[in-house]
Amino acid sequence: MLLFDFEKPLFELEKKIAELKKFSAEKGIDLGNEVRTLELRADELKGKIYDHLEPWQCAQVARHPERPNFFDYVPYLFEDFIELRGDRHYADDRSIAAGIAVFQGTPVTVVAQVKGKDTKENLQRNFGMPHPEGYRKALRLMEQAEKFRRPILTFIDTPGAACDLSAEERGQGEAIARCLIAMARFTVPVISTIIGEGGSGGALALAAGDLLLMLEHSYFSVIAPESCANILWKDVSRAREASTALKYMSKDLYQLKIVDRIIKEPIGGAHRNHRQSAESIGQALAEELQRLQAQDPQSLRDQRYQKIRAIGVFSEGTVNATETVSPT
Amino acid sequence: MLKDVFRKPTKYVTIKSVPAIQPRLPLEADPSEQKSAERKELPDNLWVKCPGCGEVHFTKNLEEYAQVCVKCSYHFRMNARQRVDLLLDAGSFQEWNADLVSVDPLEFPGYKEKIAQERQKTKMTEGVLTGLGSIEQMPVACLVSENAFFMGSMGSAIGEKIARAIERAIAMGIPVLSITSSGGARMQEGILSLYQMAKTSAALERLSEAGLLYLSVLTNPTYGGVTASYAMLGDVIIAEPGALIGFTGPNIIKQTIGKELPLGAQTAEFNQAHGFVDLIVDRTQLRHMLEKLLRYHRREA
Repeated sequence: MLLFDFEKPLFELEKKIAELKKFSAEKGIDLGNEVRTLELRADELKGKIYDHLEPWQCAQVARHPERPNFFDYVPYLFEDFIELRGDRHYADDRSIAAGIAVFQGTPVTVVAQVKGKDTKENLQRNFGMPHPEGYRKALRLMEQAEKFRRPILTFIDTPGAACDLSAEERGQGEAIARCLIAMARFTVPVISTIIGEGGSGGALALAAGDLLLMLEHSYFSVIAPESCANILWKDVSRAREASTALKYMSKDLYQLKIVDRIIKEPIGGAHRNHRQSAESIGQALAEELQRLQAQDPQSLRDQRYQKIRAIGVFSEGTVNATETVSPT
Repeated sequence: MLKDVFRKPTKYVTIKSVPAIQPRLPLEADPSEQKSAERKELPDNLWVKCPGCGEVHFTKNLEEYAQVCVKCSYHFRMNARQRVDLLLDAGSFQEWNADLVSVDPLEFPGYKEKIAQERQKTKMTEGVLTGLGSIEQMPVACLVSENAFFMGSMGSAIGEKIARAIERAIAMGIPVLSITSSGGARMQEGILSLYQMAKTSAALERLSEAGLLYLSVLTNPTYGGVTASYAMLGDVIIAEPGALIGFTGPNIIKQTIGKELPLGAQTAEFNQAHGFVDLIVDRTQLRHMLEKLLRYHRREA
C-alpha cells in the first residue's frame, strides 16, 4: 500500500508487526499477544494521524490510488446493480457509471463518477473526468428516476470535469448547467455522497440534491489546490498553502452548511478497509433515505430549493450604494 | 531649410490600443489594459485603435456606434452601465440590491483588499448589476455582468443578487434578460461560490415553471461556473460576434492538452456551429432583436 510522508511513524510499526507475524508462523511460536499490542498501537497512531490531517494531506488521502471507488462499494451497498449506458445523443462516457440498483430492498437510480484502478482503466474512464456525454447520461437516468419515482443516489469522485477541446465542442458548460437545473425540478429524493475527490463544477453537477453526505477524508473544492496556487501566485508548489485557504475539508464544509452529514471512515482512511467504509455509507444512506421518503414530494422539492437558495455569505446595507454609483 | 523637414516633432499623439479578442489571451490578467490605465493623459482617451483591423477611431464616435468598429465590426468591451444605457429605454433602469455585497467568509488571503480595490476601480459595489428596466415599454428584469469588477467572477453576493432578481421577476410575471461576461466562480469564496451555480440554476427552474421567458446574451468573455449555470440556460441564447465562450479557460486547456487551441475555438461562431448558441447578433442590432423576442413572448394582460 502506498504510504504518505505523514504516515512514516506507522511504516516502522507495520513492518515490525509483519516481521513478528512471519517469525511466529515460521517458528510456530505464539506471539499473538505481542502482535495484538503492536496492532493496537498502530491503530492508535493511525487514528491520531488521520484525526489531524492537514488540508493538503486530506487531498492526498482523497486521491489515494487504493481508495475505494464506486465499484468497490457496489457489492457491499447494493443487492443488484444493472448498469445502463449511453446518453442517447453521442456516446457512453465511462467516467460516469449509472443505472438501477437495489438498495436495502428498494430500487434506486444510481449515478456515480468512477476513477480507474490502473492506467488502462484510467484511460477508459478518463481519470474520472466526465465529458458532456457523461453528464447527459446522468441527466437521462435521473429523469428516468423521476418518471418511475425511484430515489436518486449520486456518488461523487472526480478531479473535475474534462477540460479538453472535445469537451468544449460538445458543450461542457451546457451539460453541467442542465444537470443543475434538473436537480431543482425532481420530486424524488436526491442524496449525493462524496466518496473521494469533489473537483469543482464537475462534481457540483451531481451534488445539488436534497442532502450532501461526505466521507470524512474526501474533499470538495471550487478549484484544485494546485490550480489555485498557480492562479494566485503562479507557483504550483504552493498548493499546500492554497489548500488551507480553500477550506475544502468535510469539517469546513459541514460548518459552512454545505455538507449535511460527515461519514466516519475506518481508522487510517477508507483505503484500509473497504468493507467497513461501505457499511458506514450504507448506514448513513439508509437513515437519510428513510427520512426523505417519508416526505411529501412537493415539499421535498421546496425544501431542496430553500437549502440551495440559502447557501452563501454576504452583507447587506453596510455600504452606501449611491456613493459608488457613477452617473451614466 | 531642408533640415527642418526632418526635425523631430515636439509632441506625438498616442493612441490607446485595446486588447484584441484572441483565444490565447490569458483571461485573468490583461496586461495591455493595465498599461494604458497607468498613463491616463488626455490624448490617450481621444482615439482608440481597433484591435480587429487597426482603424483609428475617435472615442466619441465609438460610443455612438455602441463600441463597435464601423470598419470591421470588432466589438470592444463595454461596462455594465454602458450596456444598460445601450439596451434599455432611456431612464427606465431601476437598480435592485445595490447594497448587497461580498464579505470574506473564508478569510481568504488578500480577498478583502481585492474587493476594495475593485470597488474603487469600477465604482460598482459588485460584479453584477441587477434591476428592472424596459425595452420599448416592455418590462424586463436584468442581470448584467461587470467584467471589470474582479472579472465578473461569481461569489455569494452575485449569486444572491441574481437569484433575488429572478424571484422578483417571477413575482412580477416579467421576463429575465441576462448579459454575461465572467471568468466563472470566484475562487476566494471557495465552495460557497460554486454553489451559486446551483442557486442561480434553481431560480431559473422556477422561472421556467412559471412560463416566463429567459433571454441570455453571452458577451466576451463568458467562462467557467457562469457558462456552466445560468448563462447556458436561456430559452434563447444570443452571443456577440467573436465573443469567447467556454467552460475551461484557454490557458488551462493548453496546459492540459499540451498544445495551442485551434484558431477560432471557443468563439461565439464556434459555439453556434456546435449547437450551443441560437443567434449571433451584432451589438448595434441587439436591442432590436431583444425587442422582437420580448414582443413575441408577450402575455395577454
